[in-house]
Amino acid sequence: MGIIVNHVNYIYNEGTALESVAVRDVSFAVNEGEFIGVIGHTGCGKSTLMQLINGILKPSSGGIYYNGQDVYDDDFDLKTLRSKVGLVFQYPEHQLFEVDVFSDVCFGPNNLGLPKSEVQLRAYDALKAVKLPEDCFYSSPFDLSGGEKRRVAIAGVLAMKPEILILDEPTAGLDPAGRLEILELIKELQKKSGISIILVSHSMEDVAEYADRIIVIDKGSIVFDDTPENVFTKYDELDALGLSVPSPTRVLYKLRDKGIPAKVKAITTDEAVEEIMRLYADKYGRLN
Amino acid sequence: MIREITLGQYYPADSIIHKLDPRVKLMGTIFFIISLFLFKNFVGYIVVTIFLISVIKLSKVPFSFMVKGMKAIVFLLMLTVVMNMFMTVGEPLVTLGKLTITKEGLRSAIFMGLRLMYLVIGSSVMTLTTTPNNLTDGMEKLMNPLKKIKVPVHEISMMMSIALSFIPTLVEETDKIMKAQTARCADFESKNLIKRVKSYIPVLVPLFISAFRRANDLAMAMEARCYNGGEGRTKMYPLEYKKRDRIAYAIMLIYLILTVLLPRIIPFDLLVGLLFKA
Amino acid sequence: MNLIEAKNVVFEYFRRNKDGEVDGINRAVDDVSLDISQGDFIAILGHNGSGKSTLAKHMNAILYPSEGTVVVDGMDTTDEDKLWDIRQTTGMVFQNPDNQMIGTVVEEDVGFGPENIGVPSKEIWERVAESLKCVGMYEFRKKSPSRLSGGQKQRVSIAGVLAMHPKCIILDEPTAMLDPVGRKEVIRAIRALNDVEKITIILITHYMEEAVYADKVFVMDKGKVVMQGNPREIFSRSKELQELRLTVPNATLIADELRSRGVNIPEGIISEEELVEALSTIL
Repeated sequence: MGIIVNHVNYIYNEGTALESVAVRDVSFAVNEGEFIGVIGHTGCGKSTLMQLINGILKPSSGGIYYNGQDVYDDDFDLKTLRSKVGLVFQYPEHQLFEVDVFSDVCFGPNNLGLPKSEVQLRAYDALKAVKLPEDCFYSSPFDLSGGEKRRVAIAGVLAMKPEILILDEPTAGLDPAGRLEILELIKELQKKSGISIILVSHSMEDVAEYADRIIVIDKGSIVFDDTPENVFTKYDELDALGLSVPSPTRVLYKLRDKGIPAKVKAITTDEAVEEIMRLYADKYGRLN
Repeated sequence: MIREITLGQYYPADSIIHKLDPRVKLMGTIFFIISLFLFKNFVGYIVVTIFLISVIKLSKVPFSFMVKGMKAIVFLLMLTVVMNMFMTVGEPLVTLGKLTITKEGLRSAIFMGLRLMYLVIGSSVMTLTTTPNNLTDGMEKLMNPLKKIKVPVHEISMMMSIALSFIPTLVEETDKIMKAQTARCADFESKNLIKRVKSYIPVLVPLFISAFRRANDLAMAMEARCYNGGEGRTKMYPLEYKKRDRIAYAIMLIYLILTVLLPRIIPFDLLVGLLFKA
Repeated sequence: MNLIEAKNVVFEYFRRNKDGEVDGINRAVDDVSLDISQGDFIAILGHNGSGKSTLAKHMNAILYPSEGTVVVDGMDTTDEDKLWDIRQTTGMVFQNPDNQMIGTVVEEDVGFGPENIGVPSKEIWERVAESLKCVGMYEFRKKSPSRLSGGQKQRVSIAGVLAMHPKCIILDEPTAMLDPVGRKEVIRAIRALNDVEKITIILITHYMEEAVYADKVFVMDKGKVVMQGNPREIFSRSKELQELRLTVPNATLIADELRSRGVNIPEGIISEEELVEALSTIL
C-alpha cells in the first residue's frame, strides 16, 4: 500500500550549461491515512518532488514504487499513478476550462475511461465532499468566488478517487476565513475517507495545526522527517535554514530565553496557552 | 515541456554587440537576410559563415543559445531539405526506388538548409543581444517617417515590446497548465489527429483566460504609472548614433559588397576544381 | 491639509447575466468617507470581495466614484486635466508581480514611469538608481525580472512607483502571492519608505501581522468601512473581526485566551515581543 520514493534525483537541463539539481537523493514513504506537511523555501525543490511522486516528471535516477511496483515498469500505466496520487497545483482554479462546474469535475474521471454513470457519480460525490452548494453545479466555474473556484478544482482531482492527495499551497491568496475553510475541508477528507494528505505549505502554523508528520526540504534534500513536536524543537537549525517555528512555539522559546522554565513542546495556540497556564499555576497556584 | 523556445529572449551580457544601437542591429539583420539570398555559390557561404561566427563571438552569447532557437524550425528545415533533395531535376547521383537524388538537388538542399539555419541564427543574434524595449525603440525610430501618413508607430512598437516580454511568462504558464491537466490524466499524445487537437482545449481555454487577465492587469498597471501613449514621453535610452554604430554600418556595407563581389571574382567552379585536385 | 479625502464615496457597477444583459446593480463601495494625512501608514483590511481594492483604485483615479468625491492633494479625481498629476501623486502597486512588470531588464521597468511623465533621460537614470537603492534592489538592475523571486519583483514594482516621486503609495495586496521570506522583504521595504522617506502608505492586506505596523487601520465589509482605529483598538475586537472573515495576530489570540482564563495580562497586545514582555513580568 502507498508510495515509496527511493533515492530519487532530479536534474533540470541535464548535460547543458544550465544544469541544476532540483531533487537530491530523496527517500521516503507515504503511509496509509497519513497527514504530511512539506515545508521549504520557494525553489527548494518541493514542487518538483511532488510532480515526481505523481509521475508528471520522471526521475533522473532512483525509483518510485506504487503498491510495490516500479511505476516506470513497461506494464505499469502512469495514468493509474496519476489517478491514485492526486496532485492539486498552486492556484488550481487557473486550470478550469469547462462550460459548467459539473463537466469540469468530470474531466479527470472521463480521462480514466470510466462509464458515464460512474463518472457522474464520482463528480457528484466529489463536489459534495468539497461542500459546494448544489445550485452551483451547473453554473459557469468563472462565475464563482475565489474560494469556491478553488474547491471545484480540488473536486476535479478528488473525482479520480485518489488514495493520496497532494496539495501545493492550497490556501494561497485566500482571506483568513477562506484559508481556514480549505484546511478544515482537507482535514475532514483525511478523517472521513481515509486518504493520505500531503500538504505543501509556507505556513508553519497551518502545518503544526494539521499535520502528524513534517518533512522539511532544503536545496533539494530532506533535512528533517519527523513529528511536528520533534521538528519544531530544532529551533536553531530551522532558523539557520531561514525557516521559523510556529508563532506559539516561538513565544515559549523566547520565554525560556528570559529564564522562565517553559517546556517548549507546544506547537499550536491552544497548547501554548496550556503551557503558560501551567507556568502560571506553578507560580501563583491554580486558577478557577 | 515546451520551455526550449528561446526566440525573443534576451541574454544579458556585456559585449560590443549588446551596446550597438538597436537600429544598427535591425538594419544589420535585414542586410544579413538579404545577403543570404543574393548569391548562389559556395564562396558566398564562406563569407557569410565567417561573418556570422565573428558576430556571435563578439556577442558573448553562448553558441548553444543560438542553436536552441533552431528546435522550433527543425520540422520546416527537414521539409525544405527533403523537398529540395528529391524534387530538383538534374544529373542523377543516387536512385532509391522511384526517388532520385540529383547533383543539383543535393546542392540546393544543402544551400537552402544552410540559408534557413543562418536566417534563424542571424535573427536570434539580434533578439538575444537586444532587450525587447530597446528593439522596439529602434523600430519606432526607424519607422518614424511613417507617422506622417498616420501610421500609429508608437502604438505598434509598444505592442510588440509587450508581446515579446510576455513570451517567457506565457510559455511558463502553458507548461504549468499542461502539467495540471496531465495530473488529471489528460492525454496529449494521442495518435488520432482530431483527438489530439481536441486534447488541447483544456490547455488553450485556461491559457486564453489567463492571457486576458494578465493583459487587463498590465493595462491597469501601465495606466497607474501614467502611461498615456507616445505623446510627451521621454526615453531612458535616447537613440543616438555613436562612433561604434557608424563603424558597424561601415562593416556591414563592406560585408554586403564582399558577398556580392567575391563570388564573382573567385568563381565557384574554380574553387570546386581546386578542392577536387587537393 | 489631508492628502486624500474621500467623502461619501459610492461605486456601483452593472451585474450582467449569461447573455450579457444587465440584471442588477452591485455596490462595491457603499458610502465611504475617510481622510488620510501626509506621512500616515494606513492599513485597509477586509475579506476577499469586501470592496477594499475597489476603494483603493479610486485614490489614483483608476476608478471614479458613482456618487461622492475623492480629492487627492487638492485635486478632484474626476477632473480630467489633473488625471496624470493625481496618478503621479499616488502610485499603485498591484498583487501579481508578474503582471505589472513592463520591461525585460529591471532598470527598464523602473524607468517606465518617469519616461511616461516626460522626465529628461539623464534624470531618469538618477531616479532609477536612487529608487532601486531605496528598496535594496540596485545590484539587480541589469537582471531580467523573470529571474527574480516574488519578493524581489514586488520591490522592483515599488521602485517603479517610487521613481515617479509620489507622495503616497497604495499597495493592493502586494504580499498575497509571496512566501514568508518575500512577504517580510516587502513589508520591510514599505516600512522604510514610510519611516525614512515619509511617504504616505496605504497597505491593503489580509495578513493581520502586516497591519500591526500601521498608524491607522480601516476594516471593510460589504463596501463599507465597519471599523477604524489604531491596530491595538482594532485587534482588541477579535470576535467582530472573526465575524468579518478576518482574524487577529497570533500573539493577540494567546493573550485574549489567557485573559479569559483569569491571567492578569494587559489588553492591546499585538506582537510576539509585547506578549513575551508582558508574560515575563508575570511569570
